[in-house]
Amino acid sequence: MDWETVIGIETHAQLSTASKIFSGAATQFGAAPNVQACAVDIALPGVLPVLNQGAVERAIRFGLAVGADINRRSVFARKNYFYPDLPKGYQISQYELPVVQGGSLTVVLEEGVKTVRLTRAHLEEDAGKSLHEDFHGMSGIDLNRAGTPLLEIVTEPDMRSAEEAVAYARALHALVRWIGICDGNMQEGSFRCDANVSVRPKGAEALGTRSEIKNLNSFRFMEEAINYEVRRQIELLEDGGTVVQETRLYDPDRKETRSMRSKEDAHDYRYFPDPDLLPLAISAETIESIRSGLPELPQAKRDRYIRDHQLSAYDAGVLTSSREVADFYEDVISALGGGYKLAATWITGELFGALKRAGLEISQSPLGSRQLAGLLQQLQDKVVNGKGAKEVFDAMWNGEGEATAIIAAKGLKQISDAGELEQVIDGVLVANPKSVEEYRAGKEKAFNALVGQAMKATRGKGNPAQINEILKKKLAG
Amino acid sequence: MSLSMPEVKRIAWLARIEISDAEAAAAQGQLNDIFKLIEQMQSVDTEGVEPMAHGQDVVQRLREDRVTEIDQHALYQSIAPQVENGLYLVPKVIE
Repeated sequence: MDWETVIGIETHAQLSTASKIFSGAATQFGAAPNVQACAVDIALPGVLPVLNQGAVERAIRFGLAVGADINRRSVFARKNYFYPDLPKGYQISQYELPVVQGGSLTVVLEEGVKTVRLTRAHLEEDAGKSLHEDFHGMSGIDLNRAGTPLLEIVTEPDMRSAEEAVAYARALHALVRWIGICDGNMQEGSFRCDANVSVRPKGAEALGTRSEIKNLNSFRFMEEAINYEVRRQIELLEDGGTVVQETRLYDPDRKETRSMRSKEDAHDYRYFPDPDLLPLAISAETIESIRSGLPELPQAKRDRYIRDHQLSAYDAGVLTSSREVADFYEDVISALGGGYKLAATWITGELFGALKRAGLEISQSPLGSRQLAGLLQQLQDKVVNGKGAKEVFDAMWNGEGEATAIIAAKGLKQISDAGELEQVIDGVLVANPKSVEEYRAGKEKAFNALVGQAMKATRGKGNPAQINEILKKKLAG
Repeated sequence: MSLSMPEVKRIAWLARIEISDAEAAAAQGQLNDIFKLIEQMQSVDTEGVEPMAHGQDVVQRLREDRVTEIDQHALYQSIAPQVENGLYLVPKVIE
């Protein structure tokens, strides 16, 4: 039987506020245990939550970026369960009226563009952390993370393969960083995805029973886990079994998903509106002021690069994969006063190659956008040729200074003096009578050999276009 | 609507309240009285009335995003039953 995979994704994005969602404690990662857990976070009796404006603004920012409705009135609810890292015995979340409703995200796939619909995005607080080792049979509780603001972003079951799910997660990851609401650090848990996975016979309307896979803290694990889970469910169904609705954990070492033992009625959260918090009202003015502060979004930028800069869809996609990359590109073209294709080629080629080899992000590049623009200017002005420019690039990467200085120091200035080049070419023609003969006999390849010899004679500094031209003229004459 | 005995026990379990059979029977009666009251309220015609999320018809005041709390964990932990390396210790729970 042919099966169809159906995937929905839930993401917890930690909002990049300085303080917690309901208290004035700090949210910095990596602090000593419990030094950032105040009376509200540890739920001492008598404390009251006060909502952080910064968290609300970030949620609205997200909603506007995905074209969602911002609920003018939204409500906080208590989600009740017992666990030691949740000191109140409930998590403050949103249930019936989330801040953000609807919206969609466009994902670029190899075979084209796909739109993933969003169901909602709501504000909630994170729980603390439990450490189960080394406490003589007890668990250690660190409540620094308790009360950290999260935006839970839920999609419709719109994805049909692990590749699509990962493409969505990557696009979402890029977007939340792009609009500055989340640092996206997956190792530190700032961006966590769960995948709801089910399969159904191809052509069927009804959804199959789904399992929820947790612990997907990298895009690679997400892809592996979904593929494993799809295979598991299909095998189970083809053997006449049934899929049980459950939560499963991905084990990256064994590359498999495992059922998380959970009590049968653990999911009775008994949501109800939190009496400690009044409804959140968002004014039209607030929404408009946040809208006007939004940067140009990745999709708009991508379209603009294709339309106005005549870049390929691929280059435009790569250059808008993160805001840092787009900013770098725009810095270069603004310093160059154009040179779109040239800048795109050097950034996606030479620069990305060097960054990848060094294991660096663009923000850590030893070579700044102005430096690269300086080099491309020399290339554009034909001061240096492509081969020399690569040498200059390597030297700049190694911290040897600006392009003009390197070109002078290394004697890489392109030879564009016609007289000098003619002299060189005359020498080449004399020294390579065989190639000349072959070319005249109609062998095109011989021409390239002569160009190579001429480049060699100028120690790589000859202007290739000029060499071609002079050589053609001389061979014809 | 009225609650059965198993439902009462389940609610008690969810709320982590230890309850004897006699207490459960008493709670069942009390809870069912509350449900009667709710039924009475539900018979009121609320057509066209927007539901409220809070008893007070005011909206949430927002706090500026600023760190205002200082580290007082030593003070808070002075009343904790067990503490080690800055962590609160609790009986081991693994989900």
